[in-house]
Amino acid sequence: MQSSTRLKSSTLDRSLQKTKGDANFSTFALLFSEMVQYSQNRVDNIHDLQNRLADFGKHVGIRVLDLFFLRVGKDKREVRLTPMLVFIQKVFWKFLFNREADNLEQHAQEANVYYLIERECLVNKFISVPNDKGNLNCASFVAGIIEGVLCTSSFTCKVLAHQGPRGTTYVINFDKSVIERESRLDSK
Amino acid sequence: MSSSGYYFVIVGHADQVVYEIELGGSNGQTTDNRHLNQFIAHAALDLVDEAMWRNTTTYLKQVDKFNEWNVSAYVTAGGLRFLFLYEHLPRSGEDGLKNFLTEVYETYVKLLLNPFYVPDKPIRSAAFDKKIQTIARKWNL
Repeated sequence: MQSSTRLKSSTLDRSLQKTKGDANFSTFALLFSEMVQYSQNRVDNIHDLQNRLADFGKHVGIRVLDLFFLRVGKDKREVRLTPMLVFIQKVFWKFLFNREADNLEQHAQEANVYYLIERECLVNKFISVPNDKGNLNCASFVAGIIEGVLCTSSFTCKVLAHQGPRGTTYVINFDKSVIERESRLDSK
Repeated sequence: MSSSGYYFVIVGHADQVVYEIELGGSNGQTTDNRHLNQFIAHAALDLVDEAMWRNTTTYLKQVDKFNEWNVSAYVTAGGLRFLFLYEHLPRSGEDGLKNFLTEVYETYVKLLLNPFYVPDKPIRSAAFDKKIQTIARKWNL
């Protein structure tokens, strides 16, 4: 009993800063492939597989945003939509993948749909999709991260990953409460 | 005037209490006072919500005043709200309070990184309690 309380207080006392350099890419690729296989064994169709990966991503996204603020020492939150998306595209992407995402666009007709495009998705580097899996895109994991980050900072949305001609596209679909809040803040 | 305690509460996304603690001051806090603390904190939530969308800083100084109780707020990147009720500023002043809230935020994130902790659920860890009390003592609360 005594050793377990000692262990618990030590996790709350440990530093949040990174102790050594970046994680090894091959190790991450191995871990990710295991996650995909684990999910694959427990689902019946591709849609569920993508949902499971997105759930993993949401799990990460909720936590990594606060971690980022503490590690980088940032203390200004983003409250408006466009700065938040630009923050994700540039600063946050750099924190996660060491490079910025390539493009951020808004849908021409629907104001609540945004596209975040990157040419080469890091997590998909070692994933090959056989023909019978059709539309499977493991970038759903990254889509889940984006969704976790946005939802926890009160920009409720749904994010999907698609493979497009210009690279991996994340389609961000914002809830109308977010758009209403934006227009309310605009008019103030 | 006896030195009163402070009341600190972490409010989740659905306005539920994730964590609350009474710090410092005398031990003679009756249950009446506790209900009043929750009432004041709840009433201040509206003001915090308004302020957090206009102000991008994480530490919002004093957002509300109820009789002699003041409410200070700290909004985290993850949209969580920390409320701190006090009658008089602690000895270490506004800066001490800000540092206290920042350290609580760090401790909260360490707890959040635990994959077994579900975000927005009440925190019932004794180690977390002890850590918060240590931080409070450190900043002279």
